[in-house]
Amino acid sequence: MKSFAYVNAAGEKEAVAALGPERGRFLPLAGGMDLLALMKDYIAQPDRLVNVKGLDRAIARTPDGGLRIGAAVTLTQLAESAEARRMYPAMTDAAAEVGTPQIRNVGTVGGNINQRPRCWYFRNEEFPCLKKGGSTCYAVDGENQYHAIFGDGPCHIVHPSSLAVPSVALNAKFRVVGPTGERVVDAGEYFQMPDRNLFGETVLAPNELLTHVMLPPPGAARTATYEVRFKQSHDWPLAFASVALSMSGDTVRGARVVMGAVAPIPWRSPAAEAALTGKRLTEEAAMTAADAAVQGAKPMTLNSYKVQIARTAVKRAIMKAAGLKTV
Amino acid sequence: MAPKKKDEPGFSRRSFLKTVGAGGVAAGVLGPASTAEGQNVKAIGPAASPIQLNVNGKFHRLEVEPRVTLLDALRTRLNITGPKRVCDRGSCGACTVILDGRTVYSCSMLAIEAQGKVIRTAEGLTEGTVLHSVQRAFCDHDGLMCGFCTPGFVTAAVALLEKNPKPTRQEARKALDGNICRCGTYPRVLEAALNPKSAAGVKRG
Repeated sequence: MKSFAYVNAAGEKEAVAALGPERGRFLPLAGGMDLLALMKDYIAQPDRLVNVKGLDRAIARTPDGGLRIGAAVTLTQLAESAEARRMYPAMTDAAAEVGTPQIRNVGTVGGNINQRPRCWYFRNEEFPCLKKGGSTCYAVDGENQYHAIFGDGPCHIVHPSSLAVPSVALNAKFRVVGPTGERVVDAGEYFQMPDRNLFGETVLAPNELLTHVMLPPPGAARTATYEVRFKQSHDWPLAFASVALSMSGDTVRGARVVMGAVAPIPWRSPAAEAALTGKRLTEEAAMTAADAAVQGAKPMTLNSYKVQIARTAVKRAIMKAAGLKTV
Repeated sequence: MAPKKKDEPGFSRRSFLKTVGAGGVAAGVLGPASTAEGQNVKAIGPAASPIQLNVNGKFHRLEVEPRVTLLDALRTRLNITGPKRVCDRGSCGACTVILDGRTVYSCSMLAIEAQGKVIRTAEGLTEGTVLHSVQRAFCDHDGLMCGFCTPGFVTAAVALLEKNPKPTRQEARKALDGNICRCGTYPRVLEAALNPKSAAGVKRG
């Protein structure tokens, strides 16, 4: 990789001070699982890395009964937190399935949410794709079996983060710090489609940092994440879904249904949510919602199989949240 | 700098590569810290800077550029070659080391970040010529074919058993699923990880 200078930031203020406004020049280093691989392949060539493992690494209850997860919390720590598991199984199930034990031991919550896409054209130095400032999305006429089935491009990545999807389903808020102070962004507003932001995937400016994921009090919500994978480890899901269902008795009062690995951002389905609302939680209701979730999917040349996988993931996530058997 | 090795008279491919590497590094030492333009930020590098690593209970002082991974520092600077360099992308597990009690891919961590951590490799498991009970179990259960993935699997198994001395088969599978064996000897690796006490402490000559 290209040589760079290194700053070991003690906390968020120092970290932000060491970052700069120019995209890609100064980059935060958390677990490094994604970033160092990008640097070895010369996709990222920063002049400076700012170690942000000094950000908050605590999982703490908030006064309103929710949970506040520091960006430097590792995926292992999150997956092993009994409190997080009890309150938000959708989140801990997703964390527990990321990559491999070695990746989860160093990979952080902030790093997982802000990792770059896995698209093999983006990751390959030889392809000057749209996201790297080129003029072509090679996936359109190329090998697009793992690409998006929702969205109108012009770039057809799927968002790579496993935690982004339950974050949106759980209506999390992200605390962001920058040179002029802090702001709070809804998880649902944090991720950006390529027509709005081609060179990044989020609203985060190059000199801003995600510092906390704040989850609202779970109340009587039932939540679950269900992933469909090609391999059981060392891999990203083909498609997955996170759901949060607020219940009164066994009737759904409100639902949030979000699919992952199907679009450039976590893909929320208002149609599936509407199909569930007011219904009793049965396999049939889950099926109807899953059908609604994939309505309007626009698969590419090689990935229409993902429509059925996404549908199954939604159905099973709902059934898992309901405590019904998934297979 | 790496501590002097006693009794290393021979000339090997490895020591040749090390000599060549050391020259390159020495030329790169320009001064440890620079302050960035207009900001009160303490930046280290990009030239080599002194760091200290605690590996297998021993402190090593060396000078590395920030871009040097922990794996490359261990292998090419400290001659600790148990961790293997295979994919160099955190996809195979051959470089697995135990860092503060947890397994990590040493290829995907900078050496400079590993300062202040307790690092253990397969070398640190053996006491003299006495194999660790997990290493012994790999022999007894034929847990290796070509052997290239073995140090990674052994360290992953040791880290598992230190946290969870009696893992279920499922727990062991999950704990070891960050390592890949191209020969495919997974069933026997699993048997070894599940039966570490079979012949602990037996001397190997």
